[in-house]
Amino acid sequence: MKLKTECHEANHICDKSQYKEATLLEKIKLNIHLIYCRACRKYSARNGKLTKMIKNPSVKTVSAGDKELMKQRLRDQLNTSNQ
Amino acid sequence: MPTNQIDPTKWVDQYSDYLFNYTITRINDRELAQDLISETFLAGLKSMKNFKGEATERTWLISILKRKIIDQYRKKNSKKGKAEVHINYTDDESEGDWLEEKVADPYEQTAEDTIENEELGEAIFNCLGKLPSKQARIFKMKTIDDFDTEAICKEFDITPSNFWVIIHRARTAMASCMQENWL
Repeated sequence: MKLKTECHEANHICDKSQYKEATLLEKIKLNIHLIYCRACRKYSARNGKLTKMIKNPSVKTVSAGDKELMKQRLRDQLNTSNQ
Repeated sequence: MPTNQIDPTKWVDQYSDYLFNYTITRINDRELAQDLISETFLAGLKSMKNFKGEATERTWLISILKRKIIDQYRKKNSKKGKAEVHINYTDDESEGDWLEEKVADPYEQTAEDTIENEELGEAIFNCLGKLPSKQARIFKMKTIDDFDTEAICKEFDITPSNFWVIIHRARTAMASCMQENWL
């Protein structure tokens, strides 16, 4: 088993693990890499912080359906004003 | 000479989330907030010829939205005064105490927490607005709306490795933007 990981690969695993899509083996590889790689430690820390911020319940989006409704209203208005 | 162009067909995709976060922190009502945004877009459409291009589209839309929110506050306040609140002191001893202490605090969080949370949403969407639009949309779908990787790849017609590169770029840009503007 190859345990030495390159930085770009480590970053890729780190990105995936932000969405809980990294496998156990990948996570082990990442953690071993983080022991000796300072740059990736920094990236991982920042990446994790970003995830945490966005998971904050106060960050909200408009649902796709409601966006469609808004678009529809806007289109109707555009059409009537063009006539 | 106008420097900023206006394009109403892209408004909903580009600005609705930002405007929504802006509104929801001021008016705590999802439906009302969405109505206000929709009205803002319509009002923007009507007064498009007044857009001089000095500000960005978003700033201009926000300025319309602000008026709508203020109007909303006024409407609410004009209904006030019809109901009077009487507070009786329970005993003579507490007379003269602050009335505020008698009112239950509806928020568990401290005021500071609330302000921080409210501004966080704005900061995030502000940074999101600085990304290239495809990156921003993919990042938003994946991170905030929790779409599957597969579904996004299909929608944008990209390969998974392509997708992860986009996510990586978006995350790096977002992280440094948030570090500058937030932390």
